[in-house]
Parts: sequence; C-alpha cells; structure tokens
Amino acid sequence: MAKTIIPIGPFHPLQEEPEYFSLTVEGETVVDVDVELGYNHRGIEKLSESKTYDQVPFVVERICGICSTSHPYAYVKAVEDISGCTIPERAEYIRTIIAEGERIHSHLLWLGLAGHFLGYNTVYMWVWKLREEILDVMEILSGNRNNYAMFKPGGVRRDIREEDIPFVIKKIDSIVKTLDMLKKAILDDPVLHARLKGIGILKREDAIDYSALGPTSRASGVAKDVRKDAPYGAYDKVEWKMIVTEKGDVFDKVVVRVLEVFESISIMKSCLLSLPKGPIDANLADIVPGEGIGVHEAPRGETFHYVRSDGSNRPTRHKVRAPTFMNLPTCKSTVIGAAIADAAIILASIDPCYCCTERLAVCRIDGKRMMNGGELIRLSVEKTEKLKKEMGRR
Amino acid sequence: MSITLNALLKSPWVFHLSSGSCNNCDIEVLDCLTPRFDVERFGIKLAGSIRHADVLLVTGSCNRKSSARIRKIYEDHVPRPCVVVAIGECSLSRGLFIDSYNCPLPLDRIIPVNVYIPGCPPKPEAIIAGVVKLIQRLKASV
Amino acid sequence: MTREEIVTTLKSRYSGQIIDFLDKSKSRIYMEIKPESLRTIAAYVFKELEARFNTASGVDNRFHIEILYHFTIDSINLLISFRVKVNRENPVIDSLTSVFKGADFIEREMHELLGIEFTGQPDKRRLLLSDQWPEGVHPLRSDYKEWDSDAIRDRGV
Repeated sequence: MAKTIIPIGPFHPLQEEPEYFSLTVEGETVVDVDVELGYNHRGIEKLSESKTYDQVPFVVERICGICSTSHPYAYVKAVEDISGCTIPERAEYIRTIIAEGERIHSHLLWLGLAGHFLGYNTVYMWVWKLREEILDVMEILSGNRNNYAMFKPGGVRRDIREEDIPFVIKKIDSIVKTLDMLKKAILDDPVLHARLKGIGILKREDAIDYSALGPTSRASGVAKDVRKDAPYGAYDKVEWKMIVTEKGDVFDKVVVRVLEVFESISIMKSCLLSLPKGPIDANLADIVPGEGIGVHEAPRGETFHYVRSDGSNRPTRHKVRAPTFMNLPTCKSTVIGAAIADAAIILASIDPCYCCTERLAVCRIDGKRMMNGGELIRLSVEKTEKLKKEMGRR
Repeated sequence: MSITLNALLKSPWVFHLSSGSCNNCDIEVLDCLTPRFDVERFGIKLAGSIRHADVLLVTGSCNRKSSARIRKIYEDHVPRPCVVVAIGECSLSRGLFIDSYNCPLPLDRIIPVNVYIPGCPPKPEAIIAGVVKLIQRLKASV
Repeated sequence: MTREEIVTTLKSRYSGQIIDFLDKSKSRIYMEIKPESLRTIAAYVFKELEARFNTASGVDNRFHIEILYHFTIDSINLLISFRVKVNRENPVIDSLTSVFKGADFIEREMHELLGIEFTGQPDKRRLLLSDQWPEGVHPLRSDYKEWDSDAIRDRGV
C-alpha cells in the first residue's frame, strides 16, 4: 500500500506552542511519526546567564505560561541547593499552595482540550468555565491570573493574607462539587470508554526506557513522583496519595489527571488551614561558587534545573529540562500502529505543550491530492459520533 | 464601506498564531472564547483554518523558524482584507527576549500590524477591548 | 541498595575510571569520570541500579566542554551526576542512545547548541535552530558572538 505523509502543524488554531509532527500512514494506520521542534526556541538558557539571581525567576516564569510556577520553583531550589540555606516554614507552605493551584488549572486545561479533540465540546466549555474559578483564586493569592511572580531564592515575594483564606477555601469547595459531577460524567461515559480504552498504550518498559515522567509514566504503572520520592515544600506535612494506574492507555492518563486534581485540592486546602506563622523570606546572602540541582514535580512531570555559580551575581550556566522534553519521544511507541482518527488524542495524551492538530494538509507523496483544514480533528470527532450512534445515545 | 469589510466587522473570524510564545497569551485568547468571557456573542469566532480568517492574532516573540512561516502565511494564505493584532509584550517588542539569539526581529518588521495589545499576558478583558477598538477604528476609517 | 552501598560499589567497580568524587549532600553526588568509560558506567547505573535518566547538561567552562549526566535513583532519593570533560576544540563523546532511548533528544540539542559530536548517534538533523543558522556557530559556547547583522536589539523608544 502506498505510504502517505500527513504533516501536522506548525500552526494550530486552538492554542499553544507551534510544533511539527509528520505522520507516515499506510491506509488508516500510522507507521511512523517524526517530531520537529524549534518553533518556540527562544534561547532562555543563554538569556538567563545575563540576568542576576533575583531576575532569573521572572525569565524562567516565561518559559511556559501554564507551568509558570514549576520553573521558578525548580530554579529557586537549585539556587538554594548551592547555598545550602533553609527556607522559612511559611514560605514552604505558600510555595506548595501556589504550585498545587497551578496543577489544578493545568490539568483542567488539558481535560478541556482533550474533550475538544474528541468532539466533546461540552466538556471543553464546562471545564474551562470551572478553570476560571481557580484562576480567580490565584488572582487573589498572587495578584495575577498567570505568571504569579511569587518565587525568589530564599522564600516568596508575597504573603498570603489571613482574611483571604476563608474566601479561597469557600471557592475551592465549590469547585469540588462541580468537579465531582464532571468526574462522573466523564469517567462513566460508555462512549469515552469505547473511544479511549486500549489506544495509545505506553508499556511500562517503554516508559522506563524513555525515562517518561509525571502522569504519563504514572498511568503506565511507574510510581514516580518527586513530591513523594524527595519531599520538599509542605508535601511531607500534609496527607495525600500518589495516583498510579496500570494500563498506560489514554483513558488511564485521563483518570490519573482527574484524580490528581482532587488530591491537589485537598493538599491546597490542608496547607491553607495549617499555614504556620512567621517570616516568608530567608534573606539569602551572596551565592557561593558551586553547582546545584533543583527538581520539582510540575503538572506534566519532573522539571529539572541545573545552576552553576562562580561567586558573581549571575549564574554562569543554567540548564533547564522541561518534562515534555522527555515525554514527547514516547509518541514513537504510542502512535505507531494506531489509526489516524486516534492520533490526535494520543499525541495530546502526554499533555505536551501541544498545538498542531488542525492545520494540516493531507497530501500523497506524488502530490496529486491535497486536502486542507481540520481533517484530523474531524476524523476524531466522526469516530466519536459513530460510536455514539452505535450505542444509541444520539 | 465596501461590502466585504462591512461583513468582516459584523462577525470577524480570528485565527490564532503563536510565534514562539510562552502559551500565556494563547491561553488567554482561548479563554475569551469560553463561557466566562464568551466573545462568540459578538460574532467573534475562532476559525479552523487560516484561509477562513479575517483577523490574525499573533502572540510570541517571533523566533527565526516561525517568523519565516508567519511571513509566508500572511503573504500567501490569508484572504484579504486581513487585519493583524499583536497580543502581548513579546509580539510588541519581544519583551525580555529582545537580546535572545533566536529572536532577531519584532513582529511589525515582519508583517504590518494594525493593533497592539500590551500586557504579559494581557487579561481577556484587555484582549476584548483591543478587538473592539480595532473594529471602531476600521469603521471610522471607511 | 542503600546509599552507602551504591557509593562503595561504584568506587570499587570503576576505581580506575573515577577522576574525582564529591559527596555534596545527602541526595547529591558528583563524580568525574573518564570519557571512554561513560557508556559502561551509564549502562550499569541505568540497568543494574535502576536509575532514571534525568538529563544531561553541557557546560562550556572556557577550558573544557563539560557534560554532566544526571541520574536519579528514586527509591533512595539520590541524584548522581557524572561529569566528563572533553576537548573544547574537538569535543567527541560516545552516544548513550544505544543504552536508553531517552538520551536521543538531549544529545541532538547539545550537538546543536554546543557543537559536541556524539559517536553512534543515529539522528544528526537539527532539533531547535532554523535552517538559516550558520554551520559551526553554537550559541551556548562562551565565545558566541552575534552573527546576524540584520537583528534589531533596540526597542525603538
């Protein structure tokens, strides 16, 4: 059978970063996939060498708008690893609260987009409406909807006011109710079961071989979470459990993320209720020469920062490794062998800062046939519709 | 007023283009379409393909790889008339990425820009206000 | 294995290969090794000790190109960084893609940004930089100078 190459991207009408995938298909089956990055490369590692230690959190915050807590968190941990200082307890709690708030909004964002890719626009609209509530909470706690600018080496920049806490708790309690309803609606839907179970399976060995991270690996039964393995912040002071599932298909990844939102809400709530009093900044002195590593469990997996200091007020080297960098290559083992209609959701299932599914052109290698626009999502939506009809739920 | 422009202003379809941004502006653009802000009530809709778009929303600091694509998209693919909205500090002046080796030119040196919406990221309210201003200006100019 | 057992095993097993050993803190170990022994040590750590490959950081310290390979053993919360120093003029090192697939992207990235040659790396295409980027210019080298005379570094205000 003739092979067809489907280019996906680099620009996608929905959102997020440009990336370029090229799927090689034989008939309906994907036989090869290739990723091309670089549409988003801005040279942050080099820029960071020209900024002072206090300025770098603002730079790394702008690596990714969804993870605008994860990168500063890993960076300040790396700087604190160089200087070996301890952080006031209140600052640790505030950091945890902000990090978990970010995890909630990031997982909800992904859930909405996954609904959109499947043709469940109701899920998309509901979840994003719910996400606005958590953004309101973050606006009250930090002063901004995204880019919180709360982190500095040695502590946090901004305190949480006591009088805000009751409002925030009321707000996250109201989220739980709607989310419970959504959880039942999504996880018990027979169409979604038929659509998502058994596709895009990432086997446990592959997850280890690719060193996959975060929900992607936890859905494949690799129980690794930096918050449990190397506790920091207030994660060892509050009760929560790691969500691990075994099968590694797309449905399991949805389950892991949905259940993690509940865990994050409970972490956030118990941190707010037991917030200790005291200073919020350790007033770090000059950074000594040396090197340090900071890791933080971002919504997508472990974020890794390596900072080297020569005793001046700027880092001499700052290496950033985002979780998607390790998760993206796993698409080679999950997408190959799948149907084209499933490719959109499988590629989206690792929660990449993903973008490019819709603006694609299907073209034969001999260049005779060109189709434009939305084909992949249309195929995906059509498959869902067909399943709905078959199950008599139209 | 020409009939195409009149139709465009009644219900502008937008296409969103990220040229190396941090996602924040992109999410806020998307947020405008979801129930809290819901710009669809003004007829603004996210187009599925560049060839259906009237308004190009550009975010990000235009790195070398994507700026070539942006130029191509603007010159070859977008139907005319087309207005370009630059969203966020990065697409205005590249923000803190001005010294980056991979971001050589600001957006308005690559394609002509009609409206600038500053902010890092601009709030959804600011984006809506920017689009409204654009429509008013276009109405006044014809 | 406990932390102490891992440290003593590594030290005795590869005594001739280890140049420098730094026990920085409870969860951080830095180890400088000879470049030619990288693949055996990495395979041992990844397969036998069941470590997870975090990433590799390439550093240009003006005298050498240093590459740090970071591995985490999650069960005991230990992060081991293997440091190799290669010649700055002609940096060549073994590729680790045959040991684990996770090394593919980061090696391509370092090849582009620092100009390190990985022997045995199957994929030599560019990952991040654009096609107009001149050959042999590596932005993360300490002597990088702007090559593009058309670039505007002025806000115009």
